[in-house]
Amino acid sequence: MSRTIVPFGPQHPVLPEPIHLDLVVEDEKVVEAIPSIGFIHRGLEKLVEVKEFQEFVYVAERVCGICSFIHGQTYCQAIEEIMNIPVPPRAKYLRTIWGEMSRIHSHLLWLGLMADAFGFESLFMHSWRIRELLLDIIEATAGGRVIFGSCKVGGVRRDIDAETMKTVLARIDEIEKQMREITKVFINDSSVKSRLVGVGVLSRDDAYSLGCVGPMLRASGVAQDTRHLGYAAFDEIKVKPVTHNDGDSYARCVVRCQELFQAVDIIREAAAKIPDGEIAVKVTGNPNGEFSARTEQPRGEVIYYVKANGTKNLQRFRVRTPTFANIPAMVKTLQGCDLADVPVLVLTIDPCISCTER
Amino acid sequence: MIEEQPIIVITPETLVEKVQEMQKQGHRLVQIGATPLKDIIEVNYSFDKDGQFQSLRVQVPGTGAILPSVSAVYWCAFIYENELHDLFGIDVQGIAVDFKGKFYKTAVRFPFAPKTPEDKPAAAASK
Repeated sequence: MSRTIVPFGPQHPVLPEPIHLDLVVEDEKVVEAIPSIGFIHRGLEKLVEVKEFQEFVYVAERVCGICSFIHGQTYCQAIEEIMNIPVPPRAKYLRTIWGEMSRIHSHLLWLGLMADAFGFESLFMHSWRIRELLLDIIEATAGGRVIFGSCKVGGVRRDIDAETMKTVLARIDEIEKQMREITKVFINDSSVKSRLVGVGVLSRDDAYSLGCVGPMLRASGVAQDTRHLGYAAFDEIKVKPVTHNDGDSYARCVVRCQELFQAVDIIREAAAKIPDGEIAVKVTGNPNGEFSARTEQPRGEVIYYVKANGTKNLQRFRVRTPTFANIPAMVKTLQGCDLADVPVLVLTIDPCISCTER
Repeated sequence: MIEEQPIIVITPETLVEKVQEMQKQGHRLVQIGATPLKDIIEVNYSFDKDGQFQSLRVQVPGTGAILPSVSAVYWCAFIYENELHDLFGIDVQGIAVDFKGKFYKTAVRFPFAPKTPEDKPAAAASK
């Protein structure tokens, strides 16, 4: 059968950001997918040569507009490890709370995009309406809706007082109720299942050997979650990875739905356990050494490699984002799929091109 | 420190063999990243197994470096190896999916490679 190349992207209705795929098709079957990125590569890593290491937190936060807080946090953790800075326990809990808010906000964004991709417009609107309620909490506590600006080397810049925390928890209760309603639809509705069940199956072995991370990996049955390393307050708040065994697009959707409620539970536990005390320590001197900090972004494990030589400017800053790690798996799942399933499969990894094009 | 992160320095000649050993032991390839220093580039191949993070490190010359591909061992390495070429100018030979310099579309050729005195930005050179 003759082969045709169908270009997909960089501009496409399901793509909020540019990525290009050359889809080699035989009739309606995709036999090969060749990705192409780099349309908006920003070279942020190079900025360490001109920005001082403490200023660079602002750049790290801007690697991505969705999981911005955890980017800043991971960068800070790498510097704190090299400089052996004792971050105050209260700051660690605040980082945990804001990090889990980021997870809810990111997963609701993805659920909306996915609903939009399979044509369930009202579900898309409800997902994003609930997300707005969470963004309001983020704005009230951090000052920004997307870029938090709250993390710094040595701790955090802002506190959440007891009264505000009560209000946050009350609003989280309401958001949880509303998330229960929409996730019932994502998990049980027959039209959703008909578009996702059995689409883009990734076996446990393939997910592991392809270097997958996050919900993409856990939906194939691998119980791996970087929060196990015990960063921030995760040495005191234990997290059981949410897994599913089917490895298809539906499994990835279910994992993200369940992680919404896991994040709510973590916020509640952190709010109950948060100790009083300082929120930051003074940082003196310059870093000298190297470290790879790892945290669990909503999309999966992110790696921040930092190498410093005792000056104010780092020698090297490198970030390996979860989307970058999941691209090989996306290419694999596209092989053999129907052309009509390509948008769903591209979205199923929750691609963040902003992160990838750091 | 939260975790120990051992770094094992190896040579380009033993790279594929050492990566094969990691794969046989069940390690996941976490990332391949490069660090340009004064006149060399450090390339780190980082792995994880059960939360234990470790890296193999290869040092290559800052210009004209050649490395064998490990994508026959870890297929997903192709994405990192294309990056090594496009951003750092390392010639990685035998990549499973080789974009031949078209993976990243940068205005400057090999923008992250160590700078030599005769280096000029591509835009300036083309004038």
